[in-house]
Amino acid sequence: MMSSFSIEIFLAVVGVLLIALDAFATELNRKVVPWAAIGATGLALILMLTRSADIPAWITPFYAMDSLAVFYKVFALVTTLIVLIIALEGDFITAYFSSSEGVKTRIGEFYALPLIVCSGMMWMASAKDLVALFVPLELVTVSFYVLVAFTRRSAMSLEAGVKYLILGALSTGVLVFGIAWVYGATGSLSFEGIAAAAVNPATNAVALMLGAALLLAGLGFKVGAAPFQIWIPDVYQGAPTPVTAFLSVGSKAAGFVVLTRAVQAFTVNGSHIGTQVANALLAAAALTILLGSLPAIFQTNVKRLMAYSSISHAGFMVLALACGATGTVAFYMGTYLPATLLGFLLLVVLRTQGVGDELKDLAGLSKRSPLLAFALAVAFASMAGLPLTAGFMGKLLVFMAAISKAHYGVVALAVIGAAAGFYYYFRPILTAYSPVEGESTKLQVSPVARVTIAVLIVGAVAVGVYPKLLQSVLK
Amino acid sequence: MGLLELLIFIPLLAAALIGAGLPGKVIARSAAALNLLLVLAAISQFNGGNTLAHSYPILDNPAIAFAVKADGLSLTMALLTCLVLIAANCQIGEGKPAIYYVSSLLIAGGAMGAFLCTDIFFLYAFHELALIPTLLMIAIHGHGDATNRRAIAWKITVYLGVGSLILLAGLAALVVALKPASGLTFDLGALMQSAKDHPLPAATQAWIFTALLVGFGTLVSLFPFHSWAAPAYATAPTPVAMLHSGVLKKFGLYGLIRIALPLLPLGAKHECVQQALLWMLIGNIIVIGLVTIHQQKLDTLLGNSSVMHMGYIFLGIAAGTQVAINGAIILMFAHGISIALLFALCGRMRNQLGTLEFSKLGGLAANAPFLTVMFAFGTFASIGLPGLANFAGEIMVFLGAFDSNLNDGLKLIHWATILGLWGVVMSAVYMLRAFRNLFFGKAASGHFMSDPVITQRVSFVLLAGVLLVVGCCPGLITGLLKDLTIAAP
Repeated sequence: MMSSFSIEIFLAVVGVLLIALDAFATELNRKVVPWAAIGATGLALILMLTRSADIPAWITPFYAMDSLAVFYKVFALVTTLIVLIIALEGDFITAYFSSSEGVKTRIGEFYALPLIVCSGMMWMASAKDLVALFVPLELVTVSFYVLVAFTRRSAMSLEAGVKYLILGALSTGVLVFGIAWVYGATGSLSFEGIAAAAVNPATNAVALMLGAALLLAGLGFKVGAAPFQIWIPDVYQGAPTPVTAFLSVGSKAAGFVVLTRAVQAFTVNGSHIGTQVANALLAAAALTILLGSLPAIFQTNVKRLMAYSSISHAGFMVLALACGATGTVAFYMGTYLPATLLGFLLLVVLRTQGVGDELKDLAGLSKRSPLLAFALAVAFASMAGLPLTAGFMGKLLVFMAAISKAHYGVVALAVIGAAAGFYYYFRPILTAYSPVEGESTKLQVSPVARVTIAVLIVGAVAVGVYPKLLQSVLK
Repeated sequence: MGLLELLIFIPLLAAALIGAGLPGKVIARSAAALNLLLVLAAISQFNGGNTLAHSYPILDNPAIAFAVKADGLSLTMALLTCLVLIAANCQIGEGKPAIYYVSSLLIAGGAMGAFLCTDIFFLYAFHELALIPTLLMIAIHGHGDATNRRAIAWKITVYLGVGSLILLAGLAALVVALKPASGLTFDLGALMQSAKDHPLPAATQAWIFTALLVGFGTLVSLFPFHSWAAPAYATAPTPVAMLHSGVLKKFGLYGLIRIALPLLPLGAKHECVQQALLWMLIGNIIVIGLVTIHQQKLDTLLGNSSVMHMGYIFLGIAAGTQVAINGAIILMFAHGISIALLFALCGRMRNQLGTLEFSKLGGLAANAPFLTVMFAFGTFASIGLPGLANFAGEIMVFLGAFDSNLNDGLKLIHWATILGLWGVVMSAVYMLRAFRNLFFGKAASGHFMSDPVITQRVSFVLLAGVLLVVGCCPGLITGLLKDLTIAAP
């Protein structure tokens, strides 16, 4: 029985050790690194599920252990585990693009860094004050700077790395500026203190408003909410696919948990800035859904399509947040995980078989591998929010939350976004099932990939037909 | 697991098995036959007073459950689904890929689920199962050139997708508005109780009803949201056209009768909503009737006629009297059978003749007396000739609609009924003309059609027989509907 923060320390330590192992060990030992990382994450997940409930008193001022934190910690571990499997699946591609011609470079960090990221995301899930929020956030972001640009022989990856670095640094600056203003206005760094100051008539509402705006802008960048979503398509498309999967699920979830806590503090009952924050979030949600969905219609590259799709999903989650439905945000994240990771896993598996990311490359997939075609259909159907898949439950709960708050205009825009989804998500399915002329070779899928695909398919359908599985987060 | 759950899961399970590589023809046909037996068993159980209700909760807050329950309306629609599924499976030729069987079973299983579930969540969810199979079947295996059929496939998908999202928003609004004290629920029974205890203001009811009308209406090709239907049915492979026009399209009407009318009685009676619905259904009957008369090919003619005939069912819903609604239900059943029969014949003719243009065909009756008789059944049924099922439905709709508030002089609903009767004349014009052009007159050179072998005649005889039996004894269905109370007091 370990308490959760020791699990986080364990992960970070294993991550550092694996980097050291990779640097000094022999060729044979290096092959151990990916499996060691997967094993450590799996172990951490088991420890997390059997953790001891109590945490030491000295940590409680800045470390929350509520249901929200538990959900996002488990979420981060599951995501990291699957991302590591995706990375292992695409190992030789990453190795090929990150070494010079003819040289086999070690890529152990590619498996070690996700552990450190995971540790950071788990800390973020517990962040109760702005410092405890900021430090792990930077741990995650800096690790991602490395991961995004990891395949250094790919120009797109480098371009993505530079864009992510510059815009990430800018958003961090904005975030710190926001933290400073909030501290200046409230005299407190903890969310409890901020919430108390937000209802206190003596607080300077303008200064708090400015701080909140900057803080939300910085976090909005992390989750890819409009108008801070511009970086997403380029970075997602350029980064190595396992990293894209990690960014779009793990990083986004971590962003949403801190966003949730910040918004809860700002919109606490009787807050001077509650209405303004909620309205700003509503506007951002509507804009995010539209700026994600409408450009997605025109995409011809599946990876880029999924980048736009992730923007649109972020919009739905921001909408739930604007309606105060924090449980729904977590639930939506839970429905988003299986479909999105499945989609990226499929892209990696296809890539190892010489099938590219372009939409047209998918043609005839159902003949070449019925399993992959079916998995693709489930993944995109869930992202589109087709009933009896997880994605539908998420969208339904968001619609209900928005309708309960009588935000009919935003619901109408969300309907437009979701309707566009029926086109751009179904297009890959139609392509995959379209017959092609001539003979085509069968695709080989490794046993590990088969099992992971099966698990994710079951996950995407199970949550859709039996949402009780995620019920605990709705309370 | 009860009978109703089996009715839903057998087609879905069969689809999964066929998708996993088992032989399509055998499994699909045995699943369909088994389902027909089960639905008959369910009807006899229901007549014995057993509603076969079961409920399996899947979420507590909001309360959602996989809940099934039989009543006259749902059993009538389930019977329709089974009959059309059997006939549609029989129209899948030898050597067709498995996706033909998988998609027809998915469409039928989804429709079955939608008709039998009493929880709004599943009622909605099952309907959407058909969306992807329909897209794939029309875009990949449809008739006509590839670009054109892809465009048509996208048109139906986007139309139905948008329609169902508007519907979803409307249903969510309904669930939120009717929230009982115990918390949000999707259970129709609980919502009904809540609507009785705390009726919503008329204005709220009116706008939720409007959302549902647009949503459900799009799925049923209510004018002016109808333009997806005719080209899609003309292009779709025969089994998909049969199931979609015969069964799935009835879901929108079913939803209006099952959800909108009982939960939003004031919304249905709201002056603006009522007027708008009447004008739209007049559009279905008169505008699309005229469009249908102008068709020069059998497939687009049937596609348009099926849009037109929805107008009569909407008339029954607009009237809202018990007689009119029962008539609408019988007409849903009858239209489903008759349009499936006609599309089955149309598919057979397309395969054998290579063209469906009236100007190129003629005199087919000489070599195909059986198909001629079957086509006559379909034709006369869709015109509404007494003795066939459609007549029973239409006459009840007309009587029910004309009867409402006649004391205050002729209102729009009476004029709609009168125009509807003119629509029957239009049906006669285009169906009889098509029948004459195709089967009688001078035989066109180069196009030859023969009767199918005996075993392949079964599905046609089944559908035609049902039309005749229900037409002569509509009591078979009205008997099931006798305890159904939809109409507002």
